[in-house]
Amino acid sequence: MNWLTNFVRPKIKALVGGKPDVPDNMWHKCPGCTQMIFHRDLTTNRHVCPHCDHHLRMPLLERMDMLFDNSAYNRIELPKVVSDPLKFRDRKRYTDRLKEARHATGEDDAVIVAHGKIGGSNAVIAGLNFDFMAGSMGTAVGEGIIAAARLAVVQKAPLIVIPASGGARMQESILSLMQMPRTTVAVQEVKEAGLPYIVLLTDPTTGGVSASFAMLGDIQIAEPGCLIGFAGRRVIEQTVREVLPDGFQTAEYLYDHGMIDMVVSRPELKDTLSGMIDLIMNPKPSGEVLPLTRESIEEHLEIPEEDGVDPDEKPIEQPITDAVGPRKAAD
Amino acid sequence: MRNFLDFEQPIADLEGKIEELRHLADDGEVNIADEIGKLQTKAEKLLRQTYTKLTPWQKVKVARHPDRPHFVDYVHGLIEDFTPLAGDRGFAEDCAILGGMGRFRGHSCVVIGHEKGHDTQSRLKHNFGSARPEGYRKAIRLMELADRFNLPVITLVDTAGAYPGVGAEERGQAEAIARSTEKCLDIKVPLISAIIGEGGSGGAIALATGDSVLMLEHAIYSVISPEGCASILWRSAEHAQAAAEALRLTAQDLLEHKIIDGIVPEPLGGAHRDPAAAIQSMGEALEAELEKVMNMDGGARRARRREKFLAIGRDDH
Repeated sequence: MNWLTNFVRPKIKALVGGKPDVPDNMWHKCPGCTQMIFHRDLTTNRHVCPHCDHHLRMPLLERMDMLFDNSAYNRIELPKVVSDPLKFRDRKRYTDRLKEARHATGEDDAVIVAHGKIGGSNAVIAGLNFDFMAGSMGTAVGEGIIAAARLAVVQKAPLIVIPASGGARMQESILSLMQMPRTTVAVQEVKEAGLPYIVLLTDPTTGGVSASFAMLGDIQIAEPGCLIGFAGRRVIEQTVREVLPDGFQTAEYLYDHGMIDMVVSRPELKDTLSGMIDLIMNPKPSGEVLPLTRESIEEHLEIPEEDGVDPDEKPIEQPITDAVGPRKAAD
Repeated sequence: MRNFLDFEQPIADLEGKIEELRHLADDGEVNIADEIGKLQTKAEKLLRQTYTKLTPWQKVKVARHPDRPHFVDYVHGLIEDFTPLAGDRGFAEDCAILGGMGRFRGHSCVVIGHEKGHDTQSRLKHNFGSARPEGYRKAIRLMELADRFNLPVITLVDTAGAYPGVGAEERGQAEAIARSTEKCLDIKVPLISAIIGEGGSGGAIALATGDSVLMLEHAIYSVISPEGCASILWRSAEHAQAAAEALRLTAQDLLEHKIIDGIVPEPLGGAHRDPAAAIQSMGEALEAELEKVMNMDGGARRARRREKFLAIGRDDH
């Protein structure tokens, strides 16, 4: 500090008007390619980097806008839970951490439940808000998933869960662990009602969340590049003392290892979801279909003559019943 | 040679003295039986004092005590005609979780649990009780078997947590744990769980979602190890002691919050001082819990189990 910095520089700044009034969050740096993205471009591009297609984390409410038809949906009020049942305190009080998170997000806790239509069918979405204490799962999140499941059962609608979570909320200790069986019961209620349970894994899905409701979907979808796993990278590195493989615990890695059904990029998510929900919820064909007869099938079956197989022989029965099966169910 | 924990040092000193005196007595020079008797009373009093007010951190150490009875000891002491069953039918046999059929107090049942091992060789074989997905998938298979033949299931939980390794992640550790918990909530036969040592997070709940969940007096049960919690929330594992306090991981705390259904008393000085007594104590408790749910209708029993977990955290209002 000297005369120059204390006196001269402020004077000059005052004379030329100082810094222009620019908020510092106008530009975002893409974690994928490190290029700068203008904030408006980011929003219109659904938080996908226009340069490298990297999927940045998307705010949950924007995601709901994207997935529900016409961005129309109703949020439901979630049951109130005891705020700090164990009076937990680390370097800070849990109640203070909650207050901060509530102030920063304007939300009560890390889960949001809404219902509306997707592709014309009723649907319920429960999403985790990573901005709220890393989307961690405590009693409130558990109650949210249970409420969403029950809403889906009442509405006879599919339940779509969108996790984005670091795992258990340590400040609720054993109670957060208990959300694993509790959310599992919720999933069972949906499945036993004959309704589809679809999980859309987003960045990140780890720990107690991945080891419970997030891995129990009838269909498991993930966004490109998102982190999905049980144990954290650092813990694994410390345990096995070796370099982890490239792309370890990414959506693509899980796909390659048979753990998820598909990796779907953000612009295609809505159509993919709508399509699947339509297939499951509206199994009857929309147009008129003529009933199948044995003759009509045989017309379409190409039986190679030179194999010397007599079309009236037994083995041919199998493909016919197979072909009739699904159509019959559709009648 | 007995393994003493750091806080047991005064007791170790006293017991050392008693041993010395015994050697002197063998020489037959002086009659010091009175002195030995006095010291023994003193040692026992000290032991009782120490063990009636163990701090959470001390309990962590007792729960991990190398001489504490493990799954195989309970099976040996409580299960007749134990027939181990192996393999997940998909990838491998994981010895971190053992299981099989046997007779408990006359009734056929399926027993599943984590095994930590008791010496270097067996600890390596059982991977210190940290299971990979195969272990949980084997547990799922055995629960299905139990359900098919209407055999009650007993699970004994003793793990620091599921194994955090590359292969485990590759083969779906999270999914295996989720499915195992789901299976616990799906079977209609009785399922009694007991935390006999460490109940470490997801790796524990995957086997501990029972009609009744018991805990040994000095066992611990938590969402994360105190060391892990400290390194995340305090940014240093050195605060493990504080984390152990904050986590409320003792059986007494968990009973108060209605997370568990009962505490099984341990012999004075912990299960490691008298394993046979601890195992008997566990046997009585398991039998009593089984009797409570044995004669229920299967569907009603399963509904009750689910309700029990749904109610957790709700009645604290």
